[in-house]
Amino acid sequence: MNGLPILSILVWLPIVAGIVVLALGSGARAGQGKVVALAATVLTFVLSLPLYSAFDTTTAQMQFVEQIPWITRFEAYYHLGIDGISLPLILLTTFLTPLVVIAGWEVIQVRAAQYFAAFLILEGLMIGVFAALDALLFYVFWEAMLIPMFIIIGIWGGERRIYATVKFFLYTFLGSVFMLIALIYMYLKAGSYSILDFHALPLTLNEQLLIFLAFLLAFAVKVPMWPVHTWLPDAHVEAPTGGSVILAAVLLKMGGYGFVRFSLPIAPDASQALDWLMIGLSLIAIVYIALVALAQQDMKKLIAYSSIAHMGFVTLGFFVVFSIAANSTGGDGARLALQGGMIQMISHGLISGALFLCVGVMYDRLHSREIGAYGGVVNTMPKFAALMVLFALANAGLPGTSGFVGEFFVILGSFQASFWLAFLAATTLIFGAAYTLWLVKRVIFGEVTNDGVASLQDIGGREFFMLAVLAVAVLILGIWPAPLVELMEQTLGNLLIHVSQSKL
Amino acid sequence: MIDLQLAAAEVFMVCAICVVLLVDVWLPDERRLLTFRLALLSLVGAAVCSAYYLPNGSVTAFSESFVTDPASAVMKIFAYLIVGLVFIYSRDFLMRAGLFKGEFFILALFALLGIMVMLSAHSMLTMYLGLELLALSQYALVAFDRDSPIAAESAMKYFVLGAIASGTLLYGISFIYGVTGTIQLGAIAAHFSQPGAITVPALLGLAFIIVGVAFKFGAVPFHMWLPDVYQGSSTPVTLFIGSVPKIAAFALAWRILSESLGDMHGSWQTMLAVLCVLSLVIGNIVAIAQSNIKRMLAYSTISHVGFIFMGFIAGTEDGLQAAMFYTLVYTLMAAAAFGMVILLSRSGFDAENLDDFKGLNARSPWFAFVMLMVMFSMAGVPPFVGFYAKLVVLGSVLDAGLIWLAITGVLLAVIGAFYYLRVVWFMYFVDPVDDSPLDAALDFRVVISANGLGLLALGLFPGVLLDLCARVIG
Repeated sequence: MNGLPILSILVWLPIVAGIVVLALGSGARAGQGKVVALAATVLTFVLSLPLYSAFDTTTAQMQFVEQIPWITRFEAYYHLGIDGISLPLILLTTFLTPLVVIAGWEVIQVRAAQYFAAFLILEGLMIGVFAALDALLFYVFWEAMLIPMFIIIGIWGGERRIYATVKFFLYTFLGSVFMLIALIYMYLKAGSYSILDFHALPLTLNEQLLIFLAFLLAFAVKVPMWPVHTWLPDAHVEAPTGGSVILAAVLLKMGGYGFVRFSLPIAPDASQALDWLMIGLSLIAIVYIALVALAQQDMKKLIAYSSIAHMGFVTLGFFVVFSIAANSTGGDGARLALQGGMIQMISHGLISGALFLCVGVMYDRLHSREIGAYGGVVNTMPKFAALMVLFALANAGLPGTSGFVGEFFVILGSFQASFWLAFLAATTLIFGAAYTLWLVKRVIFGEVTNDGVASLQDIGGREFFMLAVLAVAVLILGIWPAPLVELMEQTLGNLLIHVSQSKL
Repeated sequence: MIDLQLAAAEVFMVCAICVVLLVDVWLPDERRLLTFRLALLSLVGAAVCSAYYLPNGSVTAFSESFVTDPASAVMKIFAYLIVGLVFIYSRDFLMRAGLFKGEFFILALFALLGIMVMLSAHSMLTMYLGLELLALSQYALVAFDRDSPIAAESAMKYFVLGAIASGTLLYGISFIYGVTGTIQLGAIAAHFSQPGAITVPALLGLAFIIVGVAFKFGAVPFHMWLPDVYQGSSTPVTLFIGSVPKIAAFALAWRILSESLGDMHGSWQTMLAVLCVLSLVIGNIVAIAQSNIKRMLAYSTISHVGFIFMGFIAGTEDGLQAAMFYTLVYTLMAAAAFGMVILLSRSGFDAENLDDFKGLNARSPWFAFVMLMVMFSMAGVPPFVGFYAKLVVLGSVLDAGLIWLAITGVLLAVIGAFYYLRVVWFMYFVDPVDDSPLDAALDFRVVISANGLGLLALGLFPGVLLDLCARVIG
């Protein structure tokens, strides 16, 4: 740590760059704006690498901490810092945003400056969400994020974009306001907005239950968990490619992040008391939503439902720890499950992002998302087909890809809770393979089905680059997940100890 | 002498109004801008007086019927600022509409004087005096566009209902006078602090006073005048009525309910809670059905009043500070919102409908962004200051243990977010109906940009205004 406020730079650099891009406008200088956008996102990614290299994996303490008084009246601080939970998510964000900019490079013609500026501002706010250690600051980033996303879906989305974006906004807004009440309530008890103070705050079981439910509303909408998931397929389908990528890859992770940052440590007893509910909802997402995915005709919808199913593993991994601890026969299944949930978040971020990019590539050419409009794409786009098949297999959880690691960890951990739980969770390996491979079969393989497909051009250098980078990441995480596990080891271990101590 | 010094801002304002009035009489129409400049100058002068005599503590004058304290001084300075915004936003609109008359400025200044008197009132009669000065000026302002039948109708409606409300308030005051034998706020507070002082006649008086307060705020069910008056007045008048008088309404509730009848908090808390919930429900839900932007903003005002009431309902010092913060923030947001409505109007065309905002992002991205900031601020989305206004009032009701009220508030805020979002979607997601660029004078552009950016700046550093409110009240 060399005294440079690196987290602040990561938050504010993209936002300032976004303002610059807006100032350059969509007119004659739109080209310069795009270059600024790309340079800023790449620079942000490069600047986020020191976080990884200088991160101390031997401690669960917050690192790279910055703390300046912000609103003295509320004891609220501009307080940033990261641990093993937030670091991988920040890296995921900084890694994906340049790819989103590249994905929109030639495709976005209408108000391009506003498009890139919205993503830049969004990136800064997302990093802020993961880095904030002050609950008020967290809430400000969390809510402010809705504004660029609202604009992105609304302006550059598909036909029903207005319906989708308003639904997205109101759904998430509704969830968040209850979290706000819980935060204010804890502020009144703790006398500050510091998240770490909240972790240590003694709360009765009733208080914990209410606070847990308030958080649940906010995070379950974001994850999204069944039955508050209905905004997601709409938002995904109507959003432009970049919007879908960010939505699936990063925004959904905020729900999972919220569970480990707020729900579990602040209300451990309530989490334990309600773990049956969380496990139940997760299993519904894994089994039922996977069946729903099987029935989709629209590629984006299918991937959206598959996202919900995969995020079910995240919540399952987080909340199964209590029953594992209860049945514990030694071994550290609970830690395995928690790690599995975290790895699943990162891996799903890469895979779903990649799949949405793939759909975007096809959509840019034929302007259709219908599975029926394609068939035999491999004949005209062999390079693209190879990459898409790789991501599809990763999505189905093929060993050797990152998709396998997270699911495997969670299933392995769940075995120590109950056989049937693990059995139900493991059905995903069948259903997931079914809907993904069937999608691949219908879209990629077979004979060329129509003139549209026959006229397809294979991907150029720009598209190949963004997909190839993701493919490498998916494979590295799949073959050698140890660095990621090591990053989270201490923090998750500490969380587990904290959660196992009752606050009552 | 000391008494007059304490009322320096009011005395200056009276003199300044007389000067503006006399000068305006001799001006030919083409030199009417001088009136505008003099009116702005008198605001600056009053601000200097208020700031120069900014007292450290609360000092009463004129046999305890007038008080200056830091809170009233701060709110007065805020009122000058907002009236200044109103004048600048209104000028070109009035010129185009052929309404650029000295009366507009003089009436507005008289209304401002009424607000100043209310802010410094320390007896029931001073309060009533200020209130009537404000109300009469507003009736005349609404009827200002005399060729417009709808304006005349609104003025009539406003006048009749306003007179009834004033009468009700006065009736309530007479009960309190009968019970306590005094009209001085301090003495009334002293009376009710005795055990057993809260009798049935006192409660009756309280109920009538609450009606008067609710009418001035436009709280449901005393809100009927508000949408009609907002819609019927010409936009500059709506801009005035929609912003500054909320400070006066706050003063009314603060001085009478909190300061003098504070010991009856248990009684008026329930009454205000009913008004608050009704305002939140009716304001937010009915606003969704509006296609006229002025009517929509009128119902949005009603819902904001519900939030302001929350601060009073909490009954704590924090709650009062929260209500003050909310009121000040609201006036800033309202000024910017109506300023945008004026900006969209052109000669011979009043932007009245939501449809007029369609495609604003294509016509003028910057002003669309300003309106976006105003709308998200009103909806209570961070990082804009409207969020902190909601945060502090919610905090104060939670602190008072009224969790159900906080939950009602946020639920209706989510419903309310819909109609603010609709303005944003019209501006950003829909193609423009007409492509003509916006034309406005340079000062208008600069001021409204500063107004909008102010909402963002105060949202990033809300501590400035929060600390100020905390320092001056309580």
